[in-house]
Amino acid sequence: MTTVLHILLYAQILLCFFCLYRVVMGPTIPDRMVGIDIFGVLVVGICAILTILTGRMFIIDIGIAWIILSFIGTLTMAKYLSKKKLNE
Amino acid sequence: MNSTSIITVVLLCIGVLFNLFGCIGLVRLPDVYNRLQSATKCVTLGTCSILLSLVVYFGFNDTGVKSLVAIPLLFFASTVGAHALARGAYYFGVKLGEGTVKDDYKEQVEIEEKKQQLHEIP
Amino acid sequence: MRYIALYIVLFGFWLLLTFSLATDNLIVGAVAALLITPYFGNYFVKDVGKWVQPHRYVWLVIYLFIFTWECIKANFDVAYRVLHPAMPIKPGIVKVKLNLKTDMARVMLANSITMTPGTISVDIVDDYIYIHWIYVSSVEPEIYSRKVAGRFEKYIKMIFE
Repeated sequence: MTTVLHILLYAQILLCFFCLYRVVMGPTIPDRMVGIDIFGVLVVGICAILTILTGRMFIIDIGIAWIILSFIGTLTMAKYLSKKKLNE
Repeated sequence: MNSTSIITVVLLCIGVLFNLFGCIGLVRLPDVYNRLQSATKCVTLGTCSILLSLVVYFGFNDTGVKSLVAIPLLFFASTVGAHALARGAYYFGVKLGEGTVKDDYKEQVEIEEKKQQLHEIP
Repeated sequence: MRYIALYIVLFGFWLLLTFSLATDNLIVGAVAALLITPYFGNYFVKDVGKWVQPHRYVWLVIYLFIFTWECIKANFDVAYRVLHPAMPIKPGIVKVKLNLKTDMARVMLANSITMTPGTISVDIVDDYIYIHWIYVSSVEPEIYSRKVAGRFEKYIKMIFE
């Protein structure tokens, strides 16, 4: 079981690099913001897998805090984007 | 390997598989709104499946209940964030990509921006 | 009345998050909920009396099952569109009229639309909701209104209104 968990953990970390590709290559600012938002949700998955793998209970608390902070960051950036223009 | 571990591993595999579909969509699809669609749906349900596997593994002690609380929290945060990003991107001026059939939102945004300009001048 | 309901919800959420019944934990939770309540009581739901009517919970359970099924269908739909080599997408933004009146019901309908196959809600202005659709199968307003919002509207009307 530990081997399978390790494989899934590395797969999840690989998916984070997909998001980073979108953050680096995205043509406009909203593209990059979508990448960062999805990155935040994937980190919660990593926290959950690490909780099973190491058996330390506090890691899921980090996941819950990460959900709320990522949500606030996304809302702030969306509010900022709706007041700006692409060509200025 | 008892039955609890097997259910846990199956739920984890389903979750990571859905995350993979969402991330492939994030890389492949052509414009912001389509990327937001695939990424939000698949990654949210995949992560919910991973958290559900924690509930199965630990049972109803403190970690299980915490991950059960995290599921609706993640759900509301993800959907409201997607709505805010789509609206912000449209007001920012990102046009819908090629092959678009219908766009009803354009008139509404133009009316809103005209109202803002009228409000700013005096 | 709203303030008392918000206090109970916040205290219950604190107990679920910390998950211990020690005395100091209870005192910290009670004081923190008491500090938060006067600031955010104005933004809480208006009719708290609806929460004690039991038939709404029956409809909520039925709605949850249907919603989970639609969610899983949505994921396979997205997976098909992403993995297909030609990517069969035909995106567009459509406008659908709402029949719901209260704010809570509208928020829940928008969230449900975001998680169902191929649709994501962009904005609500007055009585219309704007929806980005990844595959616009028809341009007739009656057909797509029924396709997009008709599945959930009657259940949400039963639960929240």
